[in-house]
Amino acid sequence: MGLRSKTLELRKRMREAASGGGKKAIEKQKAGGKHTARERILSLLDKNSFQEYDLFVKHAGRDFNMDKKYLPGDGVITGTGTILGHPVAIYAQDFTVAGGSLGWAHAKKITKIMDHAIKMKIPLIGINDSGGARIQEGVNALAGYGEIFYRNTLASGIIPQISVILGPCAGGAVYSPALTDFVFVVDKVSKMFITGPEVIKTVLGEEISMEDLGGAKVHAETTGNAHFYAESEEACFEQIKQLVTYIPWNNEKKASPYPAKLPNTRKYKIEKILPANEKLPYDVRDIIKGIFDASEFFEVMELFAPNIVIGFARLSGKTIGIVANQPAVLAGVLDVDSSDKAARFIRYCDAFNIPLVTFVDLPGYLPGIDQEHAGVIRHGAKILYAYSEATVPKLTVILRKAYGGGYIAMSSIHLRADFVFAWPTAEIAVMGAEGAANIIFRKEIKEAEDQEAMRQAKIKEYKDNFANPYVAAAYGHVDAVIEPKDTRKVLIHSLGISDNKEVDIPKRKHGVPPF
Amino acid sequence: MKEESKDKSKETKKRNKSLIIDGIKYKTRLSPKYEKKKKYVAKDIRDITAFIPGTILDIFVSTAQEVKKGDPLLTLEAMKMHNILRSPIDGKIKEIKVKKNTHVVKNELLIVLE
Repeated sequence: MGLRSKTLELRKRMREAASGGGKKAIEKQKAGGKHTARERILSLLDKNSFQEYDLFVKHAGRDFNMDKKYLPGDGVITGTGTILGHPVAIYAQDFTVAGGSLGWAHAKKITKIMDHAIKMKIPLIGINDSGGARIQEGVNALAGYGEIFYRNTLASGIIPQISVILGPCAGGAVYSPALTDFVFVVDKVSKMFITGPEVIKTVLGEEISMEDLGGAKVHAETTGNAHFYAESEEACFEQIKQLVTYIPWNNEKKASPYPAKLPNTRKYKIEKILPANEKLPYDVRDIIKGIFDASEFFEVMELFAPNIVIGFARLSGKTIGIVANQPAVLAGVLDVDSSDKAARFIRYCDAFNIPLVTFVDLPGYLPGIDQEHAGVIRHGAKILYAYSEATVPKLTVILRKAYGGGYIAMSSIHLRADFVFAWPTAEIAVMGAEGAANIIFRKEIKEAEDQEAMRQAKIKEYKDNFANPYVAAAYGHVDAVIEPKDTRKVLIHSLGISDNKEVDIPKRKHGVPPF
Repeated sequence: MKEESKDKSKETKKRNKSLIIDGIKYKTRLSPKYEKKKKYVAKDIRDITAFIPGTILDIFVSTAQEVKKGDPLLTLEAMKMHNILRSPIDGKIKEIKVKKNTHVVKNELLIVLE
């Protein structure tokens, strides 16, 4: 046989192995509004950039007559490619082959591409669409999951890890995405749970639909397992592409710079957005858009704990991680979910050299029995830990309220923010004027002839003297009080001079954060 | 019925508009999760409830029987484990709410002591 015929044989073998689970299975996959694994990879990666590996790997099942079965690619496609020029390692489980079930060889293909990603220091993208462990392979299937989880943990903070849930991801399998940095879900396609609706019904007698138990919306809104929610697979791929442009390839690099662009300050006039009355709401995202490049803000976990806003934007072309209280929802309070949400994001940015800018406007922590019992103490502690631990440049802008524990938690100078700026509207105080006046002047109010008039007088007195940025500025807890319109200029300046920031941290194996 | 639900939604809307913290009323939206939260009800130690959903395998006591703290009351099978629920106090069985071999949901009232 000559080269020509050998090449033709290779092509035939490749066609066979890349055929997936056959026509019928593919039709079924498509009928459910889903793409095939190969289509997903190709639509995510730059054209002609995909190089596949381990196409000819055979499955390792030997029992229950599995050795007589042929499973193309063993139900997973692995390879490398680029997204808008950024290199990535990628794998996609193929539901058309044995339900995308995970056996030993399937897992080996995944761990091999993970090892490459860790070694080459490039982001890893995993597309999950699998019925779970391949039962016929028994403990070897479990071993496969364990090997993946170990590598997810090993790679954490070294390379960005992205999980895309495009089908079922149930039982133990959920823990790989849970260990990664960003989880993407798609409406009606993603399903994630430890125990499914059927088991819950038989064991517990409780009935719930798959969608209500572990659908995309539930994970985006209620559990906080998902970071990005999309209506379709196409929209999801666009989100992934956008994310890849904001983050660096690994923990030794900075995010790729983009050309600087001015914000649309006519549409987002920040002096006009903020109501001076501290009791009135506004959308803090409009302030962000009025400051950062091109008025673009790429929000992370938009639907979960919307009382805090996190996400990426660019300042003079450089990626910034933003954390901001959202007065439009729950007055912007810190609570169990918002602390957890912000803390993990802060740690992500710190691990990947992304400077943090924090916008503060909160009345404190959310009061409530449910909050106390849900552990707002230990969850709230996460945000203190994350800010204190972070060594990337940390800039803080106090827009309005910074009361009590909330003031300390939100990247205060005491947790080693590098520069804290306050707008003239800032109220940095131990609590709101009403509450403080009631405590401090309790005696005067009680003894007054007209108690209500005295209360109002004392509230005003407290407001005039303490509800401002100047008390904190007098002690140096605030570095500068700035005019709102200068915010962008000031942030660009401080970011520029923080570029070579170095912090000496005491040597230790690792800290013990409250999680 | 319709009128009532209408009233309820109006009430929810009204409630959604503010949140009181440290005596200050803030105008704000509430999150869906906050709106769904359940009201706290203090637990009465005399109410024996199912801490886990499962099946009642055995009942060791009968109504009006005197029990001592630590006496076994019933066996609740859940997740393949036989859990023996014991009396938390010295007292008397006021009411037994369940029968042998029935399935109970989480927090279901099983026995009332007095």
